[in-house]
Amino acid sequence: MRKTERKRRLFQILAAFGFNLDFPSLARGEISQAKSKGICVPVLNCYSCPAAIGACPIGALQNALSSLRFNLEAGQKKLGFYVIGSLGLIGLAAGRLPCSWLCPFGLLQELIYKIPLPKIQIPQKATYLRYLVLLSLVILLPLLLVDALGFGAPWFCKWLCPAGTLEAGVLLALLNPGIRSQLGFLFAWKLSILIIFLLWMAVSERPFCRTICPLGTILGFFNRVSVFRMTVNLNNCILCDACQRTCPVNIKIYKNPDSSQCIRCLKCETVCPTSCVAHGWWIKERESDQPETI
Amino acid sequence: MKKRKFWFFCLLIIAVSLIVLGLFDGEFKTVWQKASTICLECIGIG
Repeated sequence: MRKTERKRRLFQILAAFGFNLDFPSLARGEISQAKSKGICVPVLNCYSCPAAIGACPIGALQNALSSLRFNLEAGQKKLGFYVIGSLGLIGLAAGRLPCSWLCPFGLLQELIYKIPLPKIQIPQKATYLRYLVLLSLVILLPLLLVDALGFGAPWFCKWLCPAGTLEAGVLLALLNPGIRSQLGFLFAWKLSILIIFLLWMAVSERPFCRTICPLGTILGFFNRVSVFRMTVNLNNCILCDACQRTCPVNIKIYKNPDSSQCIRCLKCETVCPTSCVAHGWWIKERESDQPETI
Repeated sequence: MKKRKFWFFCLLIIAVSLIVLGLFDGEFKTVWQKASTICLECIGIG
């Protein structure tokens, strides 16, 4: 394993533990009450995971949107600004960098993909599904489909999110007999989705990130403006496509270094035979330092 | 690059303003309250 890959794996492991540090709660089978759970973490880490010490921004966003109508009718000002601003701040700092360096569910996908099985490429068209998921399950349905009191539901968490099923549902079902006794159709549905994704992860690279993940989709919009950025020196690029062959999301970085699909794993930079792919934090760079890049 | 910086700072001002507004409206506590109670939808009870 190359140096960058080793470093990235270390970050992923540390982040997986770092975002889930409340081991006493885990041992008790109850969820953590840490004050830090008011802070949105930059990854899809379910806050109902017993050990989670931060809030999943996608869960928090859906909750903000699903109670928006009630809050407006009750004259409360809680409009979800804090969550939206937090998402913006994460995206502006790093774009999709957390997807490949910090996300525990991303780490799981990478590890399962190592199982030696025939591999299947995900069609490009399937990657557009993530926009539909974000728009419908995360934004529109929680906002518009409300009960008599004005409360909606977190549709993505409820019907789709396999990360929540694994990190919270399965764990709590195993650890907490009270919860185990209440499981029914919805849990079976979510468990089926989780199993489908676990099988898919073995044959395709990061299927969840590429086709579903609403957090990755939101952070992807910020790849164009984030402080962390990729650059390609076109003067040196020989169009060999080594970058695409190693890319977990199957993109040609030289076509668009700011692609919303790019998870900033830096594998392309490592394999580039002419070293024309680079990364950096532009806040440190001076205009005069820039080579002819895109 | 200049365009990137321009949009970055515009969006940064918006993001920070939203966070500050949200904090004044008590949204930190709202997020914490939801995150520290078991989300029945997330775990598949509904």
